[in-house]
Amino acid sequence: MSAQDQIAETNKANDVVLYMKGTKEMPQCGFSSRVAGVLNFMGVDFKDVNVLADEEIRQGIKDFSDWPTIPQLYVKGEFVGGCDIITEMTLSGELDTLLEQNGVTYDKAAADKIREANA
Amino acid sequence: MKFSLFVPREKGAEEKMTLASEIETRLQQAFAPRSLEVLDESEQHRGHGGYSPDGSHFRVRMEAEALDGKSRVAKHRAVNAAVADLFPRIHALAIEV
Repeated sequence: MSAQDQIAETNKANDVVLYMKGTKEMPQCGFSSRVAGVLNFMGVDFKDVNVLADEEIRQGIKDFSDWPTIPQLYVKGEFVGGCDIITEMTLSGELDTLLEQNGVTYDKAAADKIREANA
Repeated sequence: MKFSLFVPREKGAEEKMTLASEIETRLQQAFAPRSLEVLDESEQHRGHGGYSPDGSHFRVRMEAEALDGKSRVAKHRAVNAAVADLFPRIHALAIEV
């Protein structure tokens, strides 16, 4: 299976997918760590794909969404953004809305805690 | 127009200024922004995988008419496209638009 097909399959099979450097338990980059940390803290059930483990996926995911950097977050197959965008959306509450609209369960109180801590 | 460029004083400062300046020039040409800051934050990432003393981690803060009303993803795409040829030398580009 080509990298593009593999990515499409992964995004179809999982409501929330984070392409990242390292794993959600052990991120290998500060930017990946931040997004994984937010999702973990918010109790979002997500699939983590470690791009460092597969060079074809590492390049393939950049081509897939014409987006040059890692991490990349997908919800219901739609590209949402990278670290800056997810950070902004977390703080503004837009991420909550996006998850709700897509029927993804998360801990609202935890999301509010992140916002309180960064107010 | 507001513009500031962080120019580090330590060793390697010349190269850092060059890459930050190149980013700044590309963005000026592409967007003629209302405001633009290009910050070299490489020193904050010393010891981290992508760190380079020649400049590796940058932050762009920009307001430009061409970006007004666009989605976040579209804004980031536009900024990334404007500096695409510099990407092999940039490890990380934080974007605030």
